[in-house]
Amino acid sequence: MSAVKIYVPCDSAALSVGADRVAKAIAREAEQRGIAVEIVRNGTRGMLWLEPLVEVETAGGRVAYGPVRPADVASLFDVGFLAGAEHPLGHGLTTEIPYFKQQERLTFERCGVIDPLSLDDYRAHGGLAGLEKALAVSPAEIVDTVIASGLRGRGGAGFPTGIKWKTVLGVASDQKYVTCNADEGDSGTFADRMLMEGDPFTLIEGMIIAGLAVGADTGFIYLRSEYPHAHRTLLKAIEIAEEDGLLGKSVLGSKRAFNLHVRLGAGSYVCGEETAMLESIEGKRGVVRAKPPIPAFKGLFGKPTAANNVMSLATIPWIMAHGGPAYAAFGMGRSLGTLTIQLAGNIKRGGLIEKAFGVTLREIIETYGGGTLSGRPFKAVQVGGPLGAYFPESLLDTPMDYEAMAKAKGLLGHGGMVVFDDRVDLANQARFAFQFCAEESCGKCTPCRIGATRGVEIMDTIIAGEDSSKTFQMLDDLCDLMTDASLCAMGGLTPVPVMSALTHFPDDFRKVPEPMRRAAE
Amino acid sequence: MPAYRPWNAETASAIINELKSMPGATLPIFHALQNEFGFVHPDIIPEIADALNISRAEVHGTLTFYHDFRTELPGRRILKICRAEACQSVGCEDIVSHLEAAHRISMGTTTDDRRLTVETIYCLGNCALGPSIMLDGEVIGRADTDLIDDICHSRRNERIGAEA
Ligand SMILES: Cc1cc2nc3c(=O)[nH]c(=O)nc-3n(C[C@H](O)[C@H](O)[C@H](O)COP(=O)(O)O)c2cc1C
Ligand code: SF4
Repeated sequence: MSAVKIYVPCDSAALSVGADRVAKAIAREAEQRGIAVEIVRNGTRGMLWLEPLVEVETAGGRVAYGPVRPADVASLFDVGFLAGAEHPLGHGLTTEIPYFKQQERLTFERCGVIDPLSLDDYRAHGGLAGLEKALAVSPAEIVDTVIASGLRGRGGAGFPTGIKWKTVLGVASDQKYVTCNADEGDSGTFADRMLMEGDPFTLIEGMIIAGLAVGADTGFIYLRSEYPHAHRTLLKAIEIAEEDGLLGKSVLGSKRAFNLHVRLGAGSYVCGEETAMLESIEGKRGVVRAKPPIPAFKGLFGKPTAANNVMSLATIPWIMAHGGPAYAAFGMGRSLGTLTIQLAGNIKRGGLIEKAFGVTLREIIETYGGGTLSGRPFKAVQVGGPLGAYFPESLLDTPMDYEAMAKAKGLLGHGGMVVFDDRVDLANQARFAFQFCAEESCGKCTPCRIGATRGVEIMDTIIAGEDSSKTFQMLDDLCDLMTDASLCAMGGLTPVPVMSALTHFPDDFRKVPEPMRRAAE
Repeated sequence: MPAYRPWNAETASAIINELKSMPGATLPIFHALQNEFGFVHPDIIPEIADALNISRAEVHGTLTFYHDFRTELPGRRILKICRAEACQSVGCEDIVSHLEAAHRISMGTTTDDRRLTVETIYCLGNCALGPSIMLDGEVIGRADTDLIDDICHSRRNERIGAEA
């Protein structure tokens, strides 16, 4: 009998709860029992509450067990998990688990399925089909396909990717660049990391296609330093791609060059803003540039640059392989394709959910998430990262689409959702929004640099219970000023979490002042 | 466990020389120096400025802009605690208060015996399995005060690897 294939993820979320120890325990147990097994370290399927999720390949498909601890391994062997037998930790076929089955996995079609660093595996699962098509057509045709797909940037601003590329393609220059924004600073988001660790060749393929489309032969991935594991995976993947002739002087023998470099950030949130990112890659302080000129005209080292998020770029191979209309068939209104939702925070079943745009917050939190982790009542969800709105229960039927979120005075951002139970105090969260802005502001403009600090002070006054209508008026004025006069979205959107907290959770702001409470006791 | 070498100007120069021709070499140089020594000695600023043909003020400004870079030697172990929203929702602030109350360690400091440096970090991308911490570059999910106690007392715990 040939060795049974066992999958144990090497994604850092899985590692954070002991996947390496489980892999070792399985290897040890198999050896002791004289059973031949082949342990494959895949990415994660994104059902993070089940990590470490161990899968066994059987004739009927991959069977899932999780969350597995090293101490569970012997009993898994005892019941015969190598044949897919039942066990208290068993979930049957992975692809039949409702959480997974009900998704529409396009960008993440291979993540968790393949060995992230095997190009053979990648090819066998449809990899490089998009690039091959792209190599056979003109740059303008690639751009048209991306425009037809309706893909909008997944980094937060939602700008149509095809239009951005068309601009860069249209600029004449001796040198152009493609930059990938892998700064993923929003709390509650991890899709970029999951893809880079679980299917890095998809990002590489997407960047090569971007290079072909805009006429750039060099790419930079700007990766946050908080992701050391993704860093190692990317470097290895690039090395493999170079050896294989996927990257280098002649991409897949096409005589068209594409070289790829990785640069590490250094713990600055604002460096996710694209012009601050460019400054940082150039080796400077991450200070936001005034626009115009936009990076498409004058970007990295002053050259025309296509700057895109990891998700945007990693979706390109699917779009090229299947065509623009096939992608646009998913989604609603002007939000086409799939959104990679990251369900996080105080939630029972957190993870990555790739769904066509339009799914409601309630469906994600209740059907997928199964409610709070603590079991306490739900109170709020922050959607779209630290600059996103806090929504109460009454707004959970809002669909996840760019326009619907904007109408609810929120934003989709990078698709992160952070759930809070009833112990959260939204006045504290509003204070944190200002504090975070004060700590992370690049300092270029006054409304943000000074405003954020004033905001913390105002919130301190309110939290201390010394609120008067004048304080609230000041808060309101400050938020208006920051919204209208900040140079970038860091200062410009910090009022979103603040005002949403105040609008939807006014009771948290109008506490009985401290002295009065003492008197009443 | 980070095994930092003692600061050495010659090794530092070699690192700078090796990287200085990269486009935008400042951050790569800082990272390489910090990987080697645990921090970037401010004395090296003039040399970096010369190598990259930029002003000392620019090098200093860049070094101090980024939260990651240290200009002083850290403790033997580095514990980073995520305090962003996703970890707030599952009680990261309880861990921070516990560190202060039970171990008299406040955020952003190194213990007197130089065993441990504790830093705030905003997001490790492990937001569905928080509270998350990073110990010597390894992310650990579902952290709790017991785990913190083991780290502070250098006790054996399979989740935090071996302790010297
Ligand atoms: C403060 C701030 C932080 C940002 N952080 C990120 C980030 O971490 N990743 C990202 O892709 N975009 C981030 N953005 C958005 C980028 O500026 C830019 O819109 C995006 O990278 C463009 O790529 P896309 O069109 O593919 O989305 C941030 C913006 C701001 C204002
Ligand atoms: S809004 Fe804040 S982060 Fe943006 S440019 Fe102004 S100071 Fe810098």
